[in-house]
Amino acid sequence: MAKSDVKVLGSWPSPFVMRARIALNIKSVNYEYFEERLREGKSELLLKSNPVHKKIPVLIHGDKPICESLVIVQYIDETWSSGPSILPSDPYERATARFWAAYLDEKWFPSIRTIGMAQGEDARKAAIAQVEEGLVLLEEAFGKCSKGKRFFGGDQIGYLDIAFGCFLAWLRVTEKMSGIKLLSEANTPALLNWADRFCSDAAVKDVMPDTEKLAEFGKMVIAKMRGAAPPK
Amino acid sequence: MAEIHVIISSCDRNVGIATALRRKPVLVNFTSKLEQTMADEDEVKLFGMWASPYSRRVELALKLKGIPYEYVEEDLSSKSCLLLKYNPVHQKIPVLVHNGKPIAESLVILEYIDETWTNNPILPQDPYDRAMARFWAKFIDEKLLMTTRKASVASGKEKEQAIEEITEQLKLLESELQGKEYFSGPSIGYLDIVASVLVFWFGNLQEALGVDMFTKEKFPIIFGWIGKVAEIDAVEVCRIPKEKHLEYIRTRLEAFKSASK
Repeated sequence: MAKSDVKVLGSWPSPFVMRARIALNIKSVNYEYFEERLREGKSELLLKSNPVHKKIPVLIHGDKPICESLVIVQYIDETWSSGPSILPSDPYERATARFWAAYLDEKWFPSIRTIGMAQGEDARKAAIAQVEEGLVLLEEAFGKCSKGKRFFGGDQIGYLDIAFGCFLAWLRVTEKMSGIKLLSEANTPALLNWADRFCSDAAVKDVMPDTEKLAEFGKMVIAKMRGAAPPK
Repeated sequence: MAEIHVIISSCDRNVGIATALRRKPVLVNFTSKLEQTMADEDEVKLFGMWASPYSRRVELALKLKGIPYEYVEEDLSSKSCLLLKYNPVHQKIPVLVHNGKPIAESLVILEYIDETWTNNPILPQDPYDRAMARFWAKFIDEKLLMTTRKASVASGKEKEQAIEEITEQLKLLESELQGKEYFSGPSIGYLDIVASVLVFWFGNLQEALGVDMFTKEKFPIIFGWIGKVAEIDAVEVCRIPKEKHLEYIRTRLEAFKSASK
């Protein structure tokens, strides 16, 4: 089995990098973490390991690079199969978890980003509405997936917990910077409690960035984006 | 060429016969009696649309596995109540409904099919190979097809740039195929099913747009693969009818152009 022939190339503010690290932590896999200083330019190792996208995270196992966070999480689950399972065992539950993970990446998280980057009050309000709609759907999904247990994955953190939970730091930063409560006792009581449980989990707490530090980073990114070309 | 007729499962509604034309002999798992009994009790419905490559890829997977299913053609301009009930989040096809339980998103559906009907596996066994297959499937959907959409509705410099991007993306796929019979290795699998958008749909789109960048000269390996894949019966059966498709694309582009004026 792997010793430290497992490397993760990442960047501390990235929720996608968190996914890979949480998955490795769940499996108790030792790994070397390399912080990419993306503002200073991408490392040779990153460009060599992910020539197609040149993005983090990259998992390097032995000499094999694996890219794309959800692909990495599934690789980790399938490779270290003696550890706790990340994906559910039932095919329909697996499909459900994959469906919501895809939704989070393609629809929900981009709306979170839009709240911060939105030019104009109308655009901001529309983005907030989209995020809130998504949270209502996810609250319902939590009920169905968890079946009364603590996490989407049941008693322990699973694939969908990882896929969604990694966005919590940015969600909290967004709440702080926009002055609105996105997760609330009134609208999303189950998710509110789940969020605290997720962030305190042993596999998560050391890789979850501090909200204050992330907020400072977020302000800097937005200032830069507003100074540069208009966002897509 | 070795021709292998495989009867994988049958039921009163549909007899599935997968005929694989292969250059090399390929081991095929025959369904056990137990699986056949389960297959008889399974109800599989696919809500799809004839011109959608996402819908066609699910049909291809079902046919390659010999899974009997009922196909429901959706009119996307007037979506059925059932579709909206089965996919309330996206309200899109394809949706697979297995014994009343809906699964949406074509890549999610493909993995569900492979995990539920374990004959003729479409994903590789090795975790690294699986990761590579998933990586390139995402690349096709999130990069190639997104850029293709952009190119379809763009004009002038923007269109030129999009076409250049597509060329670069296709070059990456071309080198991924190098030295292999199929994207999945010695026989057709998950990544070929995802890439099947290149077999008929992509060429039709190019013709409708009056563009000529996807050619045998520029992409000999991809075109060699297309030739092999197109010979497989299950693929031929899932072919999008060309003239109807060209007309459909042209009508949609016209509608888009008038809407954006």
